[in-house]
Amino acid sequence: MSKQPVKKEKAEVGTTGHSWDGIEEFNNPLPRWWLWTFYATVIWGLIYTVMYPAWPLVNGATAGLLGHSTRAEVASEIARFEEANSGIQQRLVDAELTEIAADPELNSYAQNAGAAVFRTWCAQCHGAGAQGAQNLGYPALVDDAWLWGGTIEEIHTTIAYGIRYDDDSRFGDMLAFGRDDLLTDEEINQTVAYVLKISGQEYDEALAGPGETLFMDNCASCHMEDGTGEISLGAPNLTDAIWLYGGDAETLYETIWSGRAGVMPPRGGAPAAVVDEAMIRAVSVYVHSLGGGVDSME
Amino acid sequence: MSDTGSQPEQLYAAREPVFPRKVRGRFRNLKWGIMIVTLGIYYLTPWIRWDRGPNLPDQAVLVDMANRRFFFFWIEIWPHEFYFVAGLLIMAGLGLFLFTSALGRVWCGYTCPQTVWTDLFILVERWIEGDRNARLRLHRQKKMDAKKLRLRVTKYVAWTLIAVATGGAWVFYFTDAPTLLRELFTGTAHPASYTSVAVLTFTTLVFGGFMREQVCIYMCPWPRIQAAMMDPDTLTIGYREWRGEPRGKHRKAASAGELGDCIDCMACVNVCPMGVDIRDGQQLGCITCGLCIDACDDIMDKVGKERGLIGYLALSDEVRERDGAKPRSAWTHVFRVRTMLYTFLWSAVGIGLVVALFVRPDISATVHPVRQPIFVTLSDGTIRNTYDFGLRNKHGEDRRFRVTLTTDDPSLRIAIEGTPYESFMVPADTTGKQRVYVLAPKGTEPAMADRTDVRFWIEDLSNGERVYKDSTFVGTGAN
Repeated sequence: MSKQPVKKEKAEVGTTGHSWDGIEEFNNPLPRWWLWTFYATVIWGLIYTVMYPAWPLVNGATAGLLGHSTRAEVASEIARFEEANSGIQQRLVDAELTEIAADPELNSYAQNAGAAVFRTWCAQCHGAGAQGAQNLGYPALVDDAWLWGGTIEEIHTTIAYGIRYDDDSRFGDMLAFGRDDLLTDEEINQTVAYVLKISGQEYDEALAGPGETLFMDNCASCHMEDGTGEISLGAPNLTDAIWLYGGDAETLYETIWSGRAGVMPPRGGAPAAVVDEAMIRAVSVYVHSLGGGVDSME
Repeated sequence: MSDTGSQPEQLYAAREPVFPRKVRGRFRNLKWGIMIVTLGIYYLTPWIRWDRGPNLPDQAVLVDMANRRFFFFWIEIWPHEFYFVAGLLIMAGLGLFLFTSALGRVWCGYTCPQTVWTDLFILVERWIEGDRNARLRLHRQKKMDAKKLRLRVTKYVAWTLIAVATGGAWVFYFTDAPTLLRELFTGTAHPASYTSVAVLTFTTLVFGGFMREQVCIYMCPWPRIQAAMMDPDTLTIGYREWRGEPRGKHRKAASAGELGDCIDCMACVNVCPMGVDIRDGQQLGCITCGLCIDACDDIMDKVGKERGLIGYLALSDEVRERDGAKPRSAWTHVFRVRTMLYTFLWSAVGIGLVVALFVRPDISATVHPVRQPIFVTLSDGTIRNTYDFGLRNKHGEDRRFRVTLTTDDPSLRIAIEGTPYESFMVPADTTGKQRVYVLAPKGTEPAMADRTDVRFWIEDLSNGERVYKDSTFVGTGAN
């Protein structure tokens, strides 16, 4: 109480006996249990370092008597989740591809698992939002144009076997018409003009006339006479607004001159043990739901 | 550093045991009342049932960690509404400030769990071992004879039972109480339940039975902080030194002028659960529980003096009283700028929370435009934007929501992924995710504009309630 005169405490506080230039140190003793608590924590710390990995050595550290390992812990956690997921993964494998989306539980699992697989194995080329990369020829998966088909079954096949990767892959051949001397420069320019015409862009009528004949002779076998493409051959529709490499005259010339042969490894290059059939199905469901999925013919 | 040669003193001291004497009076009754109410709330709350319909727990107060829900009677808090809990904590803090600035350490003295449980443990101790003198005798008796052993064992068993009940009650707040009680006794409860009960049993027993005032003096940070909330107008427990001193044994003959009112009977010290002497002035050890007031008033009545030698007083009154003036009324101390400010802040947060509780929309929706890619060109040249919808269904049954679009431009269309309809289902008690598309045909204004404002209306088809979310449609920017 500030207004009171300073008075001596009834039980006067002793000093430690230490004195610095006449300044004495009061001794307000700490409770002894506090001291014991401190010793207990020291002892606990020592026991802890013996039981758990702790002391650094030249090659690594002491392992600890309990044999604790965070890596082993993570591995067992992962194993636990895989065990817990095995039931629904088996259901995913057993289900008809077209019926997965209609089952809320299966769909929810497939969407989440598929998104994770996509981010890990697909996003490097197709982009995190599956938007593709046009100048590199990685197709967007969010639009409604599909080189190899946009039904759930077709997407599944593409992911499982890849494109132009091995004998099991889907295969289509866009020839290098210029480099391999199949067409002359002038003929290529005429073909380009015709493609510009059927895709609704500005074109030179003088070139497009002969271009039509060249198109029918050289291109229509895969891209069809009307230029709408053929999914079984991976031949894109040339009349729509979507281009894998680009729809301007310069890019079209380059495409016809040197050909195109984009490659996709099966499962995006993932080991079959990592992306197994259940995961392929999951990522198929996920890709199908990104906005371009085509309904299967029932 | 020089050693002056005096005998070395111990740097550590053993705890001085405290044996509070039984006391009767106003504050003791108040404390009994508060103890009954607070312990009653603590032990009984988990057992209150509250019907929320199927699929939802029927426990009135439940912290459902596994499903990340907090139930409080009719209120259900989801993780995104955690600000309610934060607001309550802020209110608790401001409330402490308010009470401390007005009445000193009332929290410590009357309602702190440490105080309440210590009080309970002391009560049980007194029932078993007797009042202060009997307990002191027992303490000083070195030999552990049959009587001491019996009393000690009985006391520890009784304490342990209270401690188990305390630790046991805690876990009931986190899962269905009747189910857990059955599981606890059949040995089938989750190990975390047993661990929680064990830890809380241990701390209750140690803090309430053995450490008591040591917790307040050496472990708790609050006593150190709260001096900052006190000022000369704070009412707190003090000894009217100017009236009591010089203290001395009361003798009828030789008294009057020489001695003050304090007869040095030590009643105030003997009843103190903290073992302090209030006559030394305000001190860290004093939790202002008021028991010394009861004890002293009782003595003053017996010796025929005025009550209030020890009582609630404000520092600012001390000067007046020393000059013989009357202290001002308690209300003039309590109503001052500081306490009004605390009250205002406390009420503002409280009113804000209540308002937020009543205006929070039943439909809780988020709309995130997908910006990777910003827009998609479809094969016919249509420009499409994608929006990720998150819709929380807080109800116990599946709900269907319809999404419609209002915009200045009639060319924009809406489509929902995976369904030809305008609505989609969100299962009970979950957050549903749904991709929603807005399409602008080739050549239309929004398709070529940089950005067009759009408004989504989300309607709960079960009750017609609807909310809107504004967003933006991004075109090619060709215009």
